[in-house]
Amino acid sequence: MTTRTDIPSAPASAGRSSTPKGRRNGQGWKVTPWLFLIVPLALLVTFIYLPAGNLIYYSLTEWDGFGATPKVFVGAANYVAIFTRNDILPVFLVSVYYIGASFVQMALALYFATMLSFSTRFRNLFKGILFFPYLINGVAIGFVFLYLFQPGGTLDSVLHTFGLGSLTQHWLGDPSVVNYSLAATSVWRYMGLNFVLFLGAIQSIPAQIYEAAEIDGANRWHQFRYIIAPGIRRIIGLSFILAISGSLSVFEIPYVMTLGENGSTTFVIKVVQLGFGTFHKVGLASAMAVLLLAIVLFVTWIQRRIVPDEVVDLS
Amino acid sequence: MTATRAIFIFLKYLSLAAAAVVTMLPLVVVLIASLKGAAEYSRTGPFDLPSNLFNFENFATAIVKGDMLQGLANTAFILVVSLVGTILIGTMTAYAIDRFQFRFKSLVLGAFLVAALVPSVTTQVATFQIVNNLGLFNSIWAPIVLFLGTDIVSIYIFVQFMQAIPRSLDEAAMLDGANRFTIYWRVILPLLKPAIATVIIIRGIAIYNEFYIPFLYMPSSDLGVISTSLFRFKGPFGAQWEVIAAGTMVVIIPTLILFLVMQRYIYNGFVSGASK
Repeated sequence: MTTRTDIPSAPASAGRSSTPKGRRNGQGWKVTPWLFLIVPLALLVTFIYLPAGNLIYYSLTEWDGFGATPKVFVGAANYVAIFTRNDILPVFLVSVYYIGASFVQMALALYFATMLSFSTRFRNLFKGILFFPYLINGVAIGFVFLYLFQPGGTLDSVLHTFGLGSLTQHWLGDPSVVNYSLAATSVWRYMGLNFVLFLGAIQSIPAQIYEAAEIDGANRWHQFRYIIAPGIRRIIGLSFILAISGSLSVFEIPYVMTLGENGSTTFVIKVVQLGFGTFHKVGLASAMAVLLLAIVLFVTWIQRRIVPDEVVDLS
Repeated sequence: MTATRAIFIFLKYLSLAAAAVVTMLPLVVVLIASLKGAAEYSRTGPFDLPSNLFNFENFATAIVKGDMLQGLANTAFILVVSLVGTILIGTMTAYAIDRFQFRFKSLVLGAFLVAALVPSVTTQVATFQIVNNLGLFNSIWAPIVLFLGTDIVSIYIFVQFMQAIPRSLDEAAMLDGANRFTIYWRVILPLLKPAIATVIIIRGIAIYNEFYIPFLYMPSSDLGVISTSLFRFKGPFGAQWEVIAAGTMVVIIPTLILFLVMQRYIYNGFVSGASK
């Protein structure tokens, strides 16, 4: 598997490209790279850096989002509002359900990846089934699970079949249950990606290492503990970061399924409602977005510190 | 020893079978519902097979009355333009970064690296103002420019792949009198075919599935894409689950066919895409 370190090392190797022949074009070779870069850089600045900068500016103002209305500078008031408004505080709590779910998701992915790394009948079939949900359109998944969770729907029927009829509830209507249902949907959707990444990493461990371990009398658990686990540490770390930043920016599933009702409003749904909905609170929405951006960057930075990019040496 | 082994194998297949059922059941019941008539749907349970397995009435209703044909056409247009653009922009950026030495190169490289960390879902409040000022709000070009402008993963994939293409090929072409654009177009681009295939798969699936961007930027009813046209089923077809189920299947089936045909490439694509 390739690593991120390949990118920063590019300048060193690219140095060789300025061969004598390359200079034959005189000054041309200094202008040429910019001709290749002008469109990509223009897009990068317009749609990533300019919005990011504006976001910080908007977050310090009170503004309804219409060009004609002046932006009123309010300092840090929007940031204070995030932590004091009664309608915003609960959205932080909702993230906790999805973060919890991402731990379940990692554990399941690791379990199935390990199982399928041993010789298994119908391996490709199981692999395909477990991975496929990741490819499905989010709106379609929303409808599939709306259908599954509806009162008297598939889930309730299954529970009745197994004599567990007493467990049926308003899966999406009860505020104390809805976030579990939505987080479970999210696990169903995303587990396959983690599983395939883990499986790929496990299978890139050379077979001789397992053979040597088996000769030394290692059982399945030993193989997992001392060969597989250290061998895929990096990809687990990376997946965790993706899962956590994903948990903080959940939007599609709860929006399609409940529109954020019954206490299932996530951080991003709140930002969309405040910034684009009828509230016209662009300043407040921007402050929330800046906070989310800061958290995601911080989590990524932590990951870089804890899990360095080097590949674990198994030999 | 053999007894523990047997139990281990039994539990392994039991858990795999359970996972396969949990994964497929939600999809299978939707497929069943999509093939039932309205009266039949309300009369039968979710596991009762439809009386006529070839009853495609709901599919016709979903596609015609649900504007899904328009959605498919818009998605196809966005997909083709965005993919061609992403390939050109991504390969040009990668070519400039990997094959040239120039002033501020590390700054440019850093700009792309940092941009990859910014989740686009967070910045939409401000991006919206820019798209609006460019006059692109409620236009099919809004998602296209956003897909082109915020796609860093493809650049990563192209850079990585280009590093494996020997520089001696560039130099040989230069000796033959080719200029940099000819080298890019005639030497590098054809050799990048496998990377282009990976990008088409990863980005193609992402764009086909995208909901947030078209939902925010194309609210007009004739500008639905596959995701938003399905989402709009919520109102008019609110109680007609058999039609909603058919619409859902219309969205899922192309993905399933693509997956069955190109499994190997899809796995490889996501493994190389996710670890950037």
